Amino acid sequence: MGRVFLVARLAAANVRRHPVEAALVVLAITAATATLALGLALRGVTDDPYQRTRAATRGPDVVAGLFNLPKPPETGGSGPGPGHETISSTDNLPSKQRMADFDAMAHAAGVVAHSGPYPVAWATLGRGTKTAGVAVEGRDQIPAALDQPLVTRGQWISRRDDAVVEAGYAESLGIHVGDQISLNGKHFLVVGLAVTAAVPDYPSVQTAIGASPFPDPGLIWVNRAASRNLASPTLPLSYLLNLKLRRPLPHPLEGVQGVELGGGRVWHVGCPCSMVSADQILHEDAKPIVVEQRALTIGSWLLGLLAVASVAVLVGGRMAEQERRVGLLKAVGATPALVAAVILVEHLALALGAAAAGLLIGWLAAPLLTAPGAGLLGSAGAPSITLFSVLLILAVALAVATLATLVPTLRAVRLSTVRALADAARTPRRSSRVINLSARLPIPFLLGLRLAARRPRRTILAAFNIAVTVTTVVAVITVHSHQELMTIAGFSAIDNPRTDRINHSLVLVSVVLLVLAAINALFITWSTAIDARQPLTIARALGATPRQITLSLSTAQIIPALPGAIIGIPAGIALVTTLSHGDVVTVPAVWLVAVFLGTLLAVAALSSIPASLSAQKPVAEILQAEMV
Amino acid sequence: MIERVGSVLRARGLAKEYGTGAALVQAVKGVDIDVAAGETVAVMGPSGCGKSTLLHLLGGLERPSAGELHMGDTRLDGLGEHALARLRRTSIGFVFQAFHLVEELTAAENIELPALLAGRSPRAARARAQELLEQVSLLDRARHLPSALSGGQRQRVAIARALSNEPQVVLADEPTGNLDSAATLEVLRLLEELRAFGQTFVIVTHDERVAATADRLVSMRDGDFVEEMRLSHGSAGRLGELAGFEG
Repeated sequence: MGRVFLVARLAAANVRRHPVEAALVVLAITAATATLALGLALRGVTDDPYQRTRAATRGPDVVAGLFNLPKPPETGGSGPGPGHETISSTDNLPSKQRMADFDAMAHAAGVVAHSGPYPVAWATLGRGTKTAGVAVEGRDQIPAALDQPLVTRGQWISRRDDAVVEAGYAESLGIHVGDQISLNGKHFLVVGLAVTAAVPDYPSVQTAIGASPFPDPGLIWVNRAASRNLASPTLPLSYLLNLKLRRPLPHPLEGVQGVELGGGRVWHVGCPCSMVSADQILHEDAKPIVVEQRALTIGSWLLGLLAVASVAVLVGGRMAEQERRVGLLKAVGATPALVAAVILVEHLALALGAAAAGLLIGWLAAPLLTAPGAGLLGSAGAPSITLFSVLLILAVALAVATLATLVPTLRAVRLSTVRALADAARTPRRSSRVINLSARLPIPFLLGLRLAARRPRRTILAAFNIAVTVTTVVAVITVHSHQELMTIAGFSAIDNPRTDRINHSLVLVSVVLLVLAAINALFITWSTAIDARQPLTIARALGATPRQITLSLSTAQIIPALPGAIIGIPAGIALVTTLSHGDVVTVPAVWLVAVFLGTLLAVAALSSIPASLSAQKPVAEILQAEMV
Repeated sequence: MIERVGSVLRARGLAKEYGTGAALVQAVKGVDIDVAAGETVAVMGPSGCGKSTLLHLLGGLERPSAGELHMGDTRLDGLGEHALARLRRTSIGFVFQAFHLVEELTAAENIELPALLAGRSPRAARARAQELLEQVSLLDRARHLPSALSGGQRQRVAIARALSNEPQVVLADEPTGNLDSAATLEVLRLLEELRAFGQTFVIVTHDERVAATADRLVSMRDGDFVEEMRLSHGSAGRLGELAGFEG
């Protein structure tokens, strides 16, 4: 008990003696745990809003679709968007028999209610200078038994030129009740905005309505006759049939071969048709949040890695100053185990505090990121903290602290008492090759290269810091560049909630990460300056100018930044490629060059602050201090 | 005060103060000194009398609060940090009590460092280092790290390093302060040899035996010169006897 009390007291005393370093340790770990908590808080946040919307709109169990494939365009133009159902290209138009079978499905055994089939036309929506592709579903004025979209603004369609716009799409396009829009050049008045549970929220509409000639189409409801009038031989009508089943279908529907229609006939799934379950629609609605969650989770791992570097630099830098204290402890009888326990307990306690802070921040900030979107009813509410989340966050925080303190702790354990009491500087690493090579270089490079070589572990940490940062920056730029290319290609001239969510998450992660990386760069330079005080002061006494010393300290940071940036650029592209499931991602070379040069400039600028402060200290004062 | 034509160093009213008001400390109180070419001047006094501060002022490591300082025709007290650094590079050599060798550099590499800082080629710097190592009788220790050298050997390396750029003056701060008797003798013999080649020295010491080897002795107390005398014993051959280590 007495030993536990002693360890706790010594660890607490260490924290009190170095409050700034302790705060930075907590800050670094909190950044990682808060981001992870945010990512975990996003799990399943769309479940409730979807179920609420489904209940309010009498959502179907299954939506069946019969698609009439558009004829190949005669002139150039975009083909069907990615991600829709694979359909036989030989079956352009449904036969009368297939149409009859499709209708008959409404009365198949096990179907307790239905609505439709409703005609769906593909049209180009025009509003001002903006154009976009939409699915236009023909509906009745009378409320349907299944899937009656719930009007959230305005009213339901009553006239032939009335249009009701899916609320999520309207928000993205900035459409309001009373606006005039055109569909294939024909004018319509927006009389309402509505939500549905039968079709996924924008931009995933095409999951339920396949064979889309447009990527990321929106959904608009108009009069049945108006919808039919929008069809053309190149863009013929499709049909949607909403079904309520006695027994829910399995999820996923891969095993379902068809629906028994009675009389020995079977509606086969897989020809120009689809069947989408409510679970699939929920899954599609959750996709933007899943993407956001993925971005935050990956961001939290990157921040975790950076936190390891931060804490390692802070602890390592402090240990260089603290060796005398370790010697004193050992001299009065502390065993190496007790010395290790003091260091570990101090940092594990800080990590526990950081985990708690991260959980709290994540829980409080989650509602800012968990809005389900205008396409669903209500809000997601406060996220719940699960035991799994708490344990995972605690594990990450403790792992970061343990990994980062391991090497300094082992060093303290092995340190001889006499040497520690003498406060002798740790013997720097000597590299004859670097010393000989640097002799040919200008003075800032000569000293900078030697500084980088004398503490290889710190140099590797500095390179790691930059590699993680550049990986993130390049990943963000790659995603942004991809979105921009899509816009230039005319794929998405309007706001896309999915990309908006990704952007918000990426901006959040990258801002936190850049701040942490900047703090790391400052501390690494400061640690280098303190550790190299003796050789740099000697160099000044022998005639090196303060400017040369400042430049050499900056050079010592730029040297590891070079490989860090070189590794980080392909790593960032590879990260996005992996998350895009192997899609080819391209980034303009000029952006990558800018990232590379910008990184080196940022490192030079950041490191110059502690470097110049260190170089201003009077030589005589340091030399006298070194003698004591 | 002995005035000589062709002074290497000349100070007039050189003063250094630290702090203000009640905490004001006058470390050096307006001293005058001339150091002639080839001369060895010893500055002696008890600990805290200001002799190390004086040495730092003479070497441009600290700025004087008042007074004038000349090295040859160049006035130092008005120079900026950059110009002072250049001057230290080319005209001044330092020898410290704590040696202040760079731990990760070998003896030869430590001696090369000032030459490299002065912009000499690595080949020229290496050649000069070899020459100096021979002069200080440490050619066989050229590749040894400071940690593998004795105290006397380290100080001889430090002296060789101070001579790397053929300075006008070598400023030595307690050069034997950290050495035992044998190592002290070793270092004093080397200084004596260098004097014979015409090297100018200013040596700060609190050890009378070291001071006795100089051409001139300046005694310092409370930041001021209290006595100055010309010595006639500081010559090769009688060094050991005069310094009290032999005979």
